[in-house]
Amino acid sequence: MTATLPDRASATADAPVALPRHRGARATALFVVLGVALVFLTIYAAGRGQLAIPAGEVWGSIMHRMGLDRGTMPTHPQGDNTLWQVRFPRIAMAVVVGAALSTAGALMQGIFGNPLAEPGVVGVSTGAAFAAAVVIVFEINVIGTWTTAAFAFVGGLVTTLVVYALSRADGRTEVVTLVLTGIAVNAVAAAGLALMIFLGDTQAREQIVFWQLGSLNGTRWEHVGVVTPLVAVGLVGAMLMARRLDVLALGDRAARHVGIDVERLRLVAIVLVALLTAAAVSFAGIIAFVGLVVPHLIRMLVGPGHRVLVPASALAGAVLLLGADLIARTAVAYADLPIGMLTSLVGGPFFFWLLRRTRKTAGGWA
Amino acid sequence: MTLRLTNVSASLGGHQILHDVSLEVVPGQLVALVGPNGAGKTTLLSVMSGDVVPSSGEATLDGVPLPRWKIAALARQRAVLPQEQRLAFGFRAVDVVRMGRAPWARRPEEDLDDVVVAEAMQRTDVIDLAERSFPTLSGGEKARTSFARVLAQQTPVVLLDEPTAALDIRHQEQVLSEARRLAADGHAVVAVLHDLTVAAAHADRICVLAGGRLRADGPPREVMRPDVLGEVYGHPVDVIDHEGRIVVLPHRIDHPEESSCAPALS
Repeated sequence: MTATLPDRASATADAPVALPRHRGARATALFVVLGVALVFLTIYAAGRGQLAIPAGEVWGSIMHRMGLDRGTMPTHPQGDNTLWQVRFPRIAMAVVVGAALSTAGALMQGIFGNPLAEPGVVGVSTGAAFAAAVVIVFEINVIGTWTTAAFAFVGGLVTTLVVYALSRADGRTEVVTLVLTGIAVNAVAAAGLALMIFLGDTQAREQIVFWQLGSLNGTRWEHVGVVTPLVAVGLVGAMLMARRLDVLALGDRAARHVGIDVERLRLVAIVLVALLTAAAVSFAGIIAFVGLVVPHLIRMLVGPGHRVLVPASALAGAVLLLGADLIARTAVAYADLPIGMLTSLVGGPFFFWLLRRTRKTAGGWA
Repeated sequence: MTLRLTNVSASLGGHQILHDVSLEVVPGQLVALVGPNGAGKTTLLSVMSGDVVPSSGEATLDGVPLPRWKIAALARQRAVLPQEQRLAFGFRAVDVVRMGRAPWARRPEEDLDDVVVAEAMQRTDVIDLAERSFPTLSGGEKARTSFARVLAQQTPVVLLDEPTAALDIRHQEQVLSEARRLAADGHAVVAVLHDLTVAAAHADRICVLAGGRLRADGPPREVMRPDVLGEVYGHPVDVIDHEGRIVVLPHRIDHPEESSCAPALS
């Protein structure tokens, strides 16, 4: 007894089947919008502050530095100096740190297969901060400006490995386990940080406290020079593993069945997360939730594929942090608000909303 | 590409699941693994896929022990359909099927990706679901999409863990006829199946597993006997020849006090 079902397979066997296209057009549009936003926000942000510089003059100053004599130079005698000594380093740092945090978030969510993983939430930032505080308090100087970054990297790496080891069971990371592990790891790292504050002298204390709040105030080109290459390495690494990260969504076993060396991929990704987080934390302090909010929004716009998600998150993170920093330094006259406070103010409720949403969708909550 | 298990024993969590199982799966055969709950079917499949390393004995593919295979090379030789379909993010069905092409990345076969993916989705009747987000699909749709992913992997050895568990009869027959077609095309196919009638209808060979041991192994007509099945399942069955096809009918339990559940309670 055999049935010949009028199945679609044979009915359309001759006709070429059109697979749904990649979301290429949408992704391109997103990149264009984010790129334009980044350029405009850079020029606008550079002009804002105690010394207002019109956008045209900012443009003129940039052109002048590039050796092109276009546009008008800043008319204020300190204008050009303010731009290049104070504002541009800070803007560059906001861009680089924003990109680093978002990429670290996207990577971490990819390897945990969990949209709630983020360096700040699970305590990696605090771990990196603790290690960096050690440098400040004991005035360790091994490799110059790089010392802080190096220590932060080690601190971040150790914390990520600890969180990873503690929150995984049977090849999966449950949301509750992850968040609770984050609380525990955060508590221990925060205790270490508190000890450093206790041990430090007044100057070190002030430095640590400010940095715990997260701030881009006082950024110098020298700092940007340390952070940028680290972030570049992290970004390139994340891009190289993008396709394999997609497959990891199937779960460890199924990913291995399609040829992914899951353990190695995860280890490399953890090193990259630690690198990116350390780069961001070394000079900007703890800026939480950026890595949570940005990749999530990008996923809603262009889907979860990492080949678009990673670069788009980096770009969007840059725009977001640049915007947040602009608010931080201009919202209150003659005051520089801590940017970490701002991102947590917005990110905290967002995290809660995400938690509620994840719980509703099947399989996301356990 | 032959998959050979020699005197395999395996333990999970300190508990021995498989005892001395020897089995050979050759190209061109659809082998059904059947047996009662807890018989070790999934564990046996895990040994075949290389996920579980035998505590004694050896599992080889093409003469090479499975642990010695490189992960990527092995993925070009055998594909696995898991029992449970999970996905961490909202990838579209077509993206999930594309993941089956991962082992062929940066190889000449990569050029065929689109053709292979489209054909696999047609064969499993999920082409209309291509744009849908995988987590929003029903259980049966997920299972078929995952089966399409396995087909897209284009491997000589295909391992299916309960491929028809969540399917309606139309799709059950469709998936199993695809599995048969794979075998006819020279693939070695192993499927864990629960429905004995279905297993008898499609498989070239049936392996009956019980208590972690291989109790019977052979063509459906030899294995599907009331005495063998009745003993293995601890429940009497009738085996009926219905117009050349084997139908397995379990006896109905009318008196709970005499049911096969009763000894377990005492």
